[in-house]
Amino acid sequence: MALWLFVFLAVISLVSALGVIVQRNPVHCLLALVLTILALAVLFIALDATVVGFLQIIVYAGAIMVLFLFVIWLLNLQAETGPTGSLALKFFGTIASAALVAELWSFLLRPHLKVKYVGESASYGTLGALSQKLFTDYLIAFEATSILLLAAIVGAVALARRAPGQRDSRQGSLP
Amino acid sequence: MTVEIIASIVKSVLMIVIGLNLSVFLLYFERKGSALIQDRVGANRAGITGLGKKLGLPNLGIINTLVFDPIKMFTKEDFVPDGADKFLHTLAPFLALFPVMITFVVIPFGDTISIAGHQIDLQAANLNAAVLYLLATIGIGVYGIALAGWSSNNRWSLLGGIRATAQMISYELAMGLALIAVITTYGTLDLQEIVRGQGGVYFGWLPRWGLFTQPLAFIIFMTAGVAESKRVPFDLPESESELILGYFTEYSGGKQAVFMLTDFAEQALVAMLVTTFFLGGWQMPWLYRDGFHLPGGAFIAMPALAISIAGILAFLIKVLALCVFLGLVRWTLPRFRYDQLMRLGWKMLVPLGLINLLITAFLVVAVGSAS
Amino acid sequence: MSSIPLTWLLGLSAAIFAIGVAGMIMRRNILVMFMSIELMLNAVNLAFIALAHRLGSMDGQVIVFFVMTVAAAEAAVGLGIIISIFRNRETVQADDLTLLRW
Repeated sequence: MALWLFVFLAVISLVSALGVIVQRNPVHCLLALVLTILALAVLFIALDATVVGFLQIIVYAGAIMVLFLFVIWLLNLQAETGPTGSLALKFFGTIASAALVAELWSFLLRPHLKVKYVGESASYGTLGALSQKLFTDYLIAFEATSILLLAAIVGAVALARRAPGQRDSRQGSLP
Repeated sequence: MTVEIIASIVKSVLMIVIGLNLSVFLLYFERKGSALIQDRVGANRAGITGLGKKLGLPNLGIINTLVFDPIKMFTKEDFVPDGADKFLHTLAPFLALFPVMITFVVIPFGDTISIAGHQIDLQAANLNAAVLYLLATIGIGVYGIALAGWSSNNRWSLLGGIRATAQMISYELAMGLALIAVITTYGTLDLQEIVRGQGGVYFGWLPRWGLFTQPLAFIIFMTAGVAESKRVPFDLPESESELILGYFTEYSGGKQAVFMLTDFAEQALVAMLVTTFFLGGWQMPWLYRDGFHLPGGAFIAMPALAISIAGILAFLIKVLALCVFLGLVRWTLPRFRYDQLMRLGWKMLVPLGLINLLITAFLVVAVGSAS
Repeated sequence: MSSIPLTWLLGLSAAIFAIGVAGMIMRRNILVMFMSIELMLNAVNLAFIALAHRLGSMDGQVIVFFVMTVAAAEAAVGLGIIISIFRNRETVQADDLTLLRW
C-alpha cells in the first residue's frame, strides 16, 4: 500500500470518527460513521483482505447502518439542543481516552510486536481461502454464528413488536 | 505500461459514455416509446430549422426530449426548501448517482483483444472480486435516496425515502441469492470469467447462456433488478398518486435532473448486469474464436478483429433489447401495493432464491461446475 | 506491499478505538453510544486485518468475518431494545433512564 493512500484513509477515518462523537444530529453522526466504515473498508482491501473489505461495505455500510437510519427515523430523533452531557463527564472522558491511547501506544511500541513480514500466498484474501478456513477450522464457530443470527432475528422481532391490542400514542405505522 | 494506462482511461471513458448514452436512449424511450405504447403522439413539437418538415419526415421528438428537456431542467431555479438540511440536500443526488456510475467499470463489454502486441481486456476494471464489488456499490446506493428523502423536510419525501430504502434493502437480498447461485455455477467472482463460461452450446444448438443454465436465478435477478431501480411495477417510492414524487419531491432544476439520470442509469446498469450474468455478455451464439460454428456443422471463418467487434456489438444489442424490454414492462404493468411488494420480495423471491441455491449446489457437486 | 509499518496501522486502530471509548463516555444519546460501540468494533477489525496481513495468515480475516456477523446480530437486538425503551419511556437519553436509581 502506498504511503499517500494510508495517510489519506487515516485522516478520513480519524476525522469522521471524531464526527461521530461530536455532532448533534444523529443522522449526521450516522453518516460520519458510514464514512469511517468506508475508509476502513478501503484500507482492508489495500491490506489484501479483499473479500472482507467488500463484506465490510455490504454488511456494515449497506445493512447495519441502514438499520440505524431506520431506527432514527422511527423514533423521529431531532438534533440535540442544549448541552450534551455534563462537563465533568466530558473532562474525564477526554482524559480517559487520552490515557487509553497512551497505553495502547506504549504497548504497540514494545519490541515483541515487530513481527517480520513473511509475505503471503497467492490466494491470500480471496473468497476461496476465506471459505476454506471457514468450513474447515472454524466450522463449529460458523454454525454457531448462524444460530446466533437466527436468535437475533427472533429476539429483534419479539422486542420491537407491539403486543396485540397495544396502540402507540406517538407513532403511526410505517408505510 | 503507458499503453495499459491509456487503454484503461479509454475503457473507463467508453464505459461511462455507453452508460450515459443508454440513459439518454431510455429518456427518449420514456417519452416517445410510452406514447407509442399508449397510442398517443408524444413529443413532436420542437425542431430546429424546420428542415425535417420540409422534407416531409415525421417529427420524432428527438430535439424535444434530448435538447430542450435538459435545457429546461438546468435553467430552472435550484430550490432548497425551508428547514431543509442544505448540505445533505445538495449532496444527496450526487450520492445517488455516484455508486451507479462507478459500477459500470466492472462490466466486460468484449473479449480480450490484442493491439500491436498488447493484450487488452475489454473491461474497464478487471477486479477478481467484481461480484462483491457490485453488491457493495448497490448497497451504498441506498444512502443518496434515503438522505434525499430525509433532508427535504417534507413528509412525502421522507415516506418516499423510507419506502425506497426498505424496498432496496429487501430486494438486495434476493439479488444476492440469485448471484450466489450464479457464482456457484461458474466458480468465479470475475465477471469476464463468468461471461467466458457462457460460451459454447448445449445439445449442439442452444447457447450456454446463464438464462438456460440458471433460469430461476434469471427470473429472480430480473425482478430484483427492476425493484432495485425503482421502476414500475415497483415504483412505490415515487408513486405520484400517493406521494407526489416521493423522495425527490423537493428537488428542482439540475439536482432533479441528476436524480432522473440516476434512475435511467440504474435501469441501464440492470440491463447490463442481466446481459453479463444471463445473456452471455459479449458472447454471440455459435461464434467462437475462429468463426461461426453453426448448428448442423456449417462453419464460417472470420478474422479475429471482426470477432472482437462482433462481440462488442452483440453486447450492445443485447443491452439495448433489454432496455426496450424494461421500458415495455414499465408502460404495461400497474403498480404493486406496498404489502404486495414486500410479500413478493420476502415470501417469494428469497425462498425461491434459497431453493435455487440448494439445487445449484447439489448439481455442482453431482455434475461439476459449468465452466 | 509492506511499506506501511505495522505500528502505524495499529496506532490508527488504537486512535479510532479511543475515539469510540470517548464517545461512549461523553454522549448520553443511546443511539450515538451504540454508534460508538460500532466504531470500537471497527477499530478492532482494523487491528485484526493489519496483523493478519503482517503474519500472512487468514485467521485474522476469519475473525473479522465473525465480528461482522456478531455486530449484525448485536445491532438487530440492540436497536430492538432501543425501540422498546423509547416506546415505554419516550426518551433515548441515557440520563433519563433512572428507574433503578434511588
